[in-house]
Amino acid sequence: MTELNKDMFVIKGKNIEKMETISRPSLSFWQDAWRRLRKNRAAFVGLCILGVYVLLAIFAPILSKYSFSAMSVADQHAAPSLQHWFGCDSVGRDQWVRTWMGARVSLSIGLFSATINMCVGAVIGGLCGFYGGKLDMIVMRIVDILYGIPSLIITMLVMLVLGKGVAPLIIAMCIVGWIGTCRFVRGEVYRLKEQDFVLAAKVLGVSDFAIIMKHIIPNIVGMLVTNLCMNIPHAIFQEAFLSYIGLGIAPPNCSWGILAKEGIAYLRVHPHEVAIPAAIICTTMLALNLLGDGLRDAVDPKLRGTE
Amino acid sequence: MTKYVIKRVIAAILTLWALVTIVFFLVRLMPGQPFTSPKLPPQVAQNLMKYYGFDKPLIVQYLQYMGNLLHGDFGFSMKYTNKTVNYIIGQTFPFSADLGIRALCLAISFGLVLGILAARKRGTKIDFFCVIIAIVGTSIPDFIMGALLQYFFGIKWGLLPVAQYKGFEYTILPATALAFYTLASVSRIMRASMLEVTSQDYIKTARSKGLSELRITAKHQIRNAIMPVMTMLGPTVAAVLTGTFVIEAIFAIPGMGKYYVQSVNDNDYSMILGMTLFYGVFLVTANLIVDILYGFADPRVRIGRK
Repeated sequence: MTELNKDMFVIKGKNIEKMETISRPSLSFWQDAWRRLRKNRAAFVGLCILGVYVLLAIFAPILSKYSFSAMSVADQHAAPSLQHWFGCDSVGRDQWVRTWMGARVSLSIGLFSATINMCVGAVIGGLCGFYGGKLDMIVMRIVDILYGIPSLIITMLVMLVLGKGVAPLIIAMCIVGWIGTCRFVRGEVYRLKEQDFVLAAKVLGVSDFAIIMKHIIPNIVGMLVTNLCMNIPHAIFQEAFLSYIGLGIAPPNCSWGILAKEGIAYLRVHPHEVAIPAAIICTTMLALNLLGDGLRDAVDPKLRGTE
Repeated sequence: MTKYVIKRVIAAILTLWALVTIVFFLVRLMPGQPFTSPKLPPQVAQNLMKYYGFDKPLIVQYLQYMGNLLHGDFGFSMKYTNKTVNYIIGQTFPFSADLGIRALCLAISFGLVLGILAARKRGTKIDFFCVIIAIVGTSIPDFIMGALLQYFFGIKWGLLPVAQYKGFEYTILPATALAFYTLASVSRIMRASMLEVTSQDYIKTARSKGLSELRITAKHQIRNAIMPVMTMLGPTVAAVLTGTFVIEAIFAIPGMGKYYVQSVNDNDYSMILGMTLFYGVFLVTANLIVDILYGFADPRVRIGRK
């Protein structure tokens, strides 16, 4: 065994710069969320379904040779075939085109009303939660009252002023729709502002605006996106309900709700007329729900780096 | 606690008053008039308008209505002119409430059980099954659900009556259709909040004390996890009990939902107001009860009270 002596060793020294460098690329919040979302197979499937539906809604009516409103006596209640992929309805209109025209209406109602509701609800709820006091009390009473007004009455009033159509429907849904988000954001902000990091920021003399922008918003943005994903199905459901009772958009325009409602009348004789719109509504909801669940897991900071 | 309850009750009454006032003026802004049937001679329509007090200034109408309301009188319907709104509610509400209670029992019991099971057996087949039910349940609109149940169980297999409301077997399909969405959301929320609770310190404490898993779940987890479910159930209970138009229409149930939607279409002012207020009372009461129940379910609130 050879003896160890000092000159067998070389002092390499410390390379402080190298020790401090981060060898892997750092991920921003959204990059990390996206990475985790892709790993979640169910959520990714949901995203793909939605993508396909959106593309079809945009392109299918343009590319088809049929018009969504052209009737044809010969094709009344036609079963799905090579000419009419989804068959025809009771006055011989091509269901394939109508389904994707309906998708434009239903999806845009869902997306716009949910987005507007989220923004309005988040701002009002955030202010209430952050400042509290009188403002909070007044807004919460207004919320209680708005909650009790039947949405039917509001929808009818809006339709009276603005006429039947997609925009009035979205507006009608937004008048009371922000309440849910408002309550939820208020609760979250209320909880967050009592936490130590906000207190620390306050002690350091950070302005309210900066606290909201830098400390509060990043903490709730994930939940807001999830909430958005869950609210879109709700808006689509509501549109379907309004169409069901005859308060939707004016014919010959259609939405998924209208298609399903018209189809239900022929459930026993021509089941495809209700089965196809129903299946598409259900798969859309499914996709949105899966995506919402996946997003919730993806943006939850507690689950970060656990898989 | 008593002070808190009194304060909340006063706030609830004020809310209801504001609700009635707003809806009172809103319905008069709606398109059309109550008596516009073309079969009605103009003279008769005018007399009817006079009979219901539409010739008086709006503020007098309002005060009169509020005065009647204090006696619990919702006035006469403007569509079914020989019936009072109280009578119609009295006739239809029992059906809606009966169906609603059955649906709620179904939804809450199965929803909670599924949610708890899924959370306890996380990642197993049982969990997968419960999650599927929850997602499917929240993905199907109620009118499609109702029509499908009716078609398969009522028509195709002939197992259960298709429509009407005359006995227990008649209630199964509509109650299931009505319960499905609530059931799914209850189980979903319950599962999420059970999982959230599982990682809390007091569960670790309970486990290190050597409590059995069953007792941990029963005494510690469920009690803490049930709060979000209760919050969500407040408005749902009010909505389900006062009737849902779609299910009642599909299964031909003589409940309140149909009259509500119809009254809006008919410009039946007194019906709209009466039913809105009736629903409002339910909503406000349900929220009040939930808030008070919080105190019983959450030990922290109770300790704070002493």
